[in-house]
Amino acid sequence: MPEIRLDGLKKAYGHVTVIEDLNLQMEDSEFTVLVGPSGCGKSTTLRMIAGLETVSGGAILIDGKDVSQLEPKDRDLAMVFQDYALYPHMNVARNMSFALRLARYPKAEIDDRVKKVAAMLDLSPYLDRKPGELSGGQRQRVAMGRALVRDASTFLFDEPLSNLDAKLRGQMRAELALMRQRIRKNMIYVTHDQIEAMTLGDRIVVMRQGKIMQAGSPEDLYGQPQNMFVAGFIGSPPMNFLPVEVGDENGRITLVGSDLQLALSNAVAARLANHKSRSIILGVRPSHFIRDDAGSIDLQIALSEYIGAQSVLTSELCGRPVHVEVSALKPVRAGEQLRFSLNPDTIHLFDPETEAAL
Amino acid sequence: MSIQRASRLTPYVFLAPAAAVMAIALLYPVCYMIYASFLDWNPSQRIGEADWIGLRNYINLLSDESFHESFWVTLKFAALVVGAEMVIGVGLALILDRKLRGMSVLRTIFILPMMIAPIVVGLVWRYMYHPTVGLFNRTLADIGVSPVPWLSDGDWAFASVVIADVWQWTPFIFILSLAALQSLPQSALEASRIDGASGWQQIWHIKLPLMMPVLVVTGLLRLIDAFKVLEVILVLTNGGPGLSTEILALRISRTASEFRELGYAAAMANYLLILLMVLTLGMYFYNKVIEARAVRLRKAAAAAAAKEEGA
Repeated sequence: MPEIRLDGLKKAYGHVTVIEDLNLQMEDSEFTVLVGPSGCGKSTTLRMIAGLETVSGGAILIDGKDVSQLEPKDRDLAMVFQDYALYPHMNVARNMSFALRLARYPKAEIDDRVKKVAAMLDLSPYLDRKPGELSGGQRQRVAMGRALVRDASTFLFDEPLSNLDAKLRGQMRAELALMRQRIRKNMIYVTHDQIEAMTLGDRIVVMRQGKIMQAGSPEDLYGQPQNMFVAGFIGSPPMNFLPVEVGDENGRITLVGSDLQLALSNAVAARLANHKSRSIILGVRPSHFIRDDAGSIDLQIALSEYIGAQSVLTSELCGRPVHVEVSALKPVRAGEQLRFSLNPDTIHLFDPETEAAL
Repeated sequence: MSIQRASRLTPYVFLAPAAAVMAIALLYPVCYMIYASFLDWNPSQRIGEADWIGLRNYINLLSDESFHESFWVTLKFAALVVGAEMVIGVGLALILDRKLRGMSVLRTIFILPMMIAPIVVGLVWRYMYHPTVGLFNRTLADIGVSPVPWLSDGDWAFASVVIADVWQWTPFIFILSLAALQSLPQSALEASRIDGASGWQQIWHIKLPLMMPVLVVTGLLRLIDAFKVLEVILVLTNGGPGLSTEILALRISRTASEFRELGYAAAMANYLLILLMVLTLGMYFYNKVIEARAVRLRKAAAAAAAKEEGA
């Protein structure tokens, strides 16, 4: 499979720059997920790769060849759209075979390919139906099938699951993950849903305001976020951010907040050598609070939300609302006072000005 | 009167004025015309004095050579103008369906001809067709081409009235086609680009099939209109030379005013009315079929979704 590289990619509409100097390399047969909030430029990036948007600057290289001025059809890619973009006047078989018919493939081969893909996606009984006669999930599969029949080298997905209801979305996400295991192709997938990104991607690219905030494996992004944006975006419920001061207690580096005192391990303390007596941001994942009757963090629970295996508790710490995730085995009621501790190795530290990880 | 009864009657109360206007302005004249078509009626007589002759007007028309000629001219005219207008109007819409600077101004200019009163259109074109001082023949003379008998030769005259009508009514098809084009699902068009469709293939395989419901109705509307056209031809040629441009509406008007045969003219008008009714019914049933298909699709989709839910 060819390797795709974005080299200083730019997109501007008049004076408004949406994407500025985007550099990204997608490895062979990698499933790359572009994720970010609305308006971060992820769809625009995908559409530029597809050739549906013009490029204002930079290059898109497929196998070292600049394709940024080529028509979509000359880029050897297939795309699945958010609203499926099926041809309403053609039945399922004709929708799936449209590209092959345009390319004048022999009829026998077209039939063969359509049948194979239809069988793979459980669409065989529906080949004669029009898209209007299908449910949302079936339309979604036809859109997938239309891309698969092409056997293109690269697959682009533009929020393909966001028009489905929650249950169906989970089901289709699992189907996609399974399909992913069978088909080794370059796949670029755009979503605003971090769960989709985490479950599907080999590599996740988090974008914000047209820039890449961090690119890496799901584990990297969750475990070592490089900035507060990624830390807050990946993970649900999101990471808590608490303002603290870096204190020095008898030569030991400590984080001090209005109602928090946390001694750091030497490894973490070393990172704060230049930040003594300065304000920094402490990031704690809700699941990293440890329920500990001897702990030093004393929380008054304002709200307890039972969500099955876990409960999400809302409280206040260092003047900020915090979320704490605890096992639901021991029920917690609003109004209770609980004690927690933190493992200093699980915390994250950020510079309040640059928002970069320390 | 109970409140329930009053609220049931409310819609009819609101409809009543419109119904009254329709009855006076439409139903009454039509009934009057149908009645008159069974009479041997001269304008100097009051309608009560005219002789009842039953279906004789209708039967005579069937063997009336001039009527046949008129009917044929009308069919030819309607088919030609609507055909040309559809091709040019849809073609223009396909060309201009893009984001261009000043597009809204261009669109307004394009639809201007449609807003001009037909009589004025006729007069303007008659000047332009004038054999010696008209724009066309003067231009032809400038480039050394011999003058064309625009309105004085039968075949040319027919072509001339077709051109004038196409000029006036192509914009109608253009704006409706443009509206249809702009409401097409953009993502399906993008998908077809990725699937490898060229501009022409996009038009042929995606745009035209998806525009078809709008185009069929637009074409039928224009056809109905083209069968009734009168003013432009009246001003341009008054049906001549000979009977070459005498469309049915003109023949009816002349039968009534020149030949003073009101009953005969009414019968002719009724034949035209029947033809138009057929077209209107055609349009009505086409809409019904399209609606029924949409309902069927929705039902099937709902059933598929319900099945999936259960699975």
